[in-house]
Amino acid sequence: MRRHTLSVLLQNKPGVLSRVTGLFSGRGFNIESLSVAPTIEKEVSCLTLVTTGDEAIVEQITKQLHKLIDVIKVTDMSEHEYVEREMALIRVKAESSTRAEVLRTIDIFRGKVVDVCPKSYSIEVTGSVSKVQAIIDILRPIGIQEIVRTGAVAMTRGHK
Amino acid sequence: MKITGAQALMKCLKEQNVNCIFGFPGGAVIDIYDELLKDQDITHVLVRHEQAAIHAADAYARVNGDVGVALVTSGPGATNTVTGIASAYLDSIPLVVFTGQVPTGLIGNDAFQEVDIVGITRPCTKHNYLVKDVKDLVPTIREAFHIARTGRPGPVLIDLPKDVAVGKINFPEMKPVKMRTYRPTYEPHPGQIEKACKAIIKAKKPVLYVGGGVIASKSSEELTELAHNLNIPVTMTLMGLGGFPGTDPLSMGMLGMHGTYFANMAVADCDMLIAVGARFDDRVTGKLSDFAPHAKIIHIDIDPSSISKNVQVDIPIVADCKYALAAMNNWFKTTSSIDMAKESATHEPWLNQIKDWKAKHPLGYVEETDIIKPQFVVQKLHELTNGDAIISTEVGQNQMWAAQFYHFNKPNNFLTSGGLGVMGYGLPAAIGAQMAAPDRTVIDVAGDGSIQMNIQELATAQQYHCPVKVAILNNNYLGMVRQWQELFYNKQYSATVLDVEPDFVKLAEAYGAVGLRATKPDEVEPVIKEALATDNTVIMDFVIKREEGVYPMVPAGKATTEMLLV
Repeated sequence: MRRHTLSVLLQNKPGVLSRVTGLFSGRGFNIESLSVAPTIEKEVSCLTLVTTGDEAIVEQITKQLHKLIDVIKVTDMSEHEYVEREMALIRVKAESSTRAEVLRTIDIFRGKVVDVCPKSYSIEVTGSVSKVQAIIDILRPIGIQEIVRTGAVAMTRGHK
Repeated sequence: MKITGAQALMKCLKEQNVNCIFGFPGGAVIDIYDELLKDQDITHVLVRHEQAAIHAADAYARVNGDVGVALVTSGPGATNTVTGIASAYLDSIPLVVFTGQVPTGLIGNDAFQEVDIVGITRPCTKHNYLVKDVKDLVPTIREAFHIARTGRPGPVLIDLPKDVAVGKINFPEMKPVKMRTYRPTYEPHPGQIEKACKAIIKAKKPVLYVGGGVIASKSSEELTELAHNLNIPVTMTLMGLGGFPGTDPLSMGMLGMHGTYFANMAVADCDMLIAVGARFDDRVTGKLSDFAPHAKIIHIDIDPSSISKNVQVDIPIVADCKYALAAMNNWFKTTSSIDMAKESATHEPWLNQIKDWKAKHPLGYVEETDIIKPQFVVQKLHELTNGDAIISTEVGQNQMWAAQFYHFNKPNNFLTSGGLGVMGYGLPAAIGAQMAAPDRTVIDVAGDGSIQMNIQELATAQQYHCPVKVAILNNNYLGMVRQWQELFYNKQYSATVLDVEPDFVKLAEAYGAVGLRATKPDEVEPVIKEALATDNTVIMDFVIKREEGVYPMVPAGKATTEMLLV
């Protein structure tokens, strides 16, 4: 069992996303995160999907995705050099006793404060999935009130 | 000159050489039906339930060798098609199904007879469409037919809102369909062909395992050539029956749960399994780890996702079976190793071994003189039709007896709901087959349980003068489930006893058809003869031995060598 990041180019048409998610639920494949947005071509969307499974399962996922009529291309990023990023918005408790510590932590992770309230900060952090997880783990004892994560997006390294 | 969406639809059907469609009207498609009435070139068969329209179109597609078409209304009309569509999807049958939809402005409002049929059928169609603008109608229909009939065939659904049928357009010129994302692979990779052929030469105990892909790709001839040239025994899946002549000495009949003893033994013992257009279904493999454990596996399939799905394959060949088999035949013909191939390909010890297995446990049943055996009925049907009839089946014991004892020699003579296993498939399928082949003898081998699932189609058969014959193997049971209960559930016949049933003879007569009954073995032949001589729909009610079982049988989850025999 290994984590795989799949990059799927899709025709940007109504219902395409539900074809993909329906495929996963119908065949019992697992989705850890999913993110989708248009590409430079406006008829084409890119869907980044993180899943786990053994080689046979991921091969089957890739083939089944290819079989969908609206799927243009499926790339298993794990077979390439690639960059992967995720963004998270985190609302963390920031009372007078902890404000400095929170700011220091944000600084170490090169995050940004995007909203300030009397008793909390909302921060934005970007990085690999493990980095985002790391800051969450560090802030948790201080008191996280809410987290929203985008799920991973990925791109292969090097020129095309 | 501008024409309406409904008129454009008619033109598109003609473009695709469609001259017979199956359907049932309703409010959302009334404009299309109005156009259909004016059209002389397209026969519309009015079924009595939308599910039957799909099964009939499915059988029509198989017999006619091209896309089958159905037309139904929105809401319940659409939902009633789902079982038929799912069946066609699992059996890879090319269909285009038109469903009516509420006007675009009402979509999403829970309007009368509104249902999201595109959402509902997404997992059981090859592709589907909701046409929201009449301008998209014609390109969508052309694309749908293209998708349905190419690659691994399958059903495609087009949802047509009522306002799209009346909207006006200029009919666009026909151009070849080009799709950015959909380009099935037909030609095999030559390197893979060579690898496969070299491996086949080395094999001492090869088996050809043939599925519905051979029938879909019309490659029976190529397959037969390969088997004959290299003396390779052939076993077929339920969907593959007829892909290779059932009476050929190299045929081992069907494999799997109700396959022959010798086919299952051969697969378990072989050193080379050549899977052609088959998908390693659980009813074929039984316990996966014990399936062909000693074999190197070659798998030819046009659908890459079928390859290594259930069983790890050694030499995959993604291609249309026809192209791949032709390439293999060609390789054996042109390569210098052909003599070597021929020499090693007598496979005498192997064929003798199979002969021994066959002699030990041939396909058979215990004959009885005072009560009708279902296998005997199927044998008689085979004999009295010279093995040349089109046989459709319902699902259950009737289906397995038909598969085992009617030795199909040609493709598409056997019409059955293989993957989904739909009770109620056989009668509408027989009607669809008869519409495609008016001069052929068409027989639905049915059970007393499953025939009642679509028995209303007797009216359709009558209306369109389809002289289909229905052979009910009547045991007053839901026989297959009963058989499982007998074997594995301590004979607790929970909900499988059909205590109340119609008099099928009178029922036939009520519809204007002919009803015949046989209760003794010596009545079987006269009843079949009379039915075959009757130019009308006939129900033959064969009262059979009640607790007869289908054997051999591999219990679910067991290895295919662990067969229960007669």
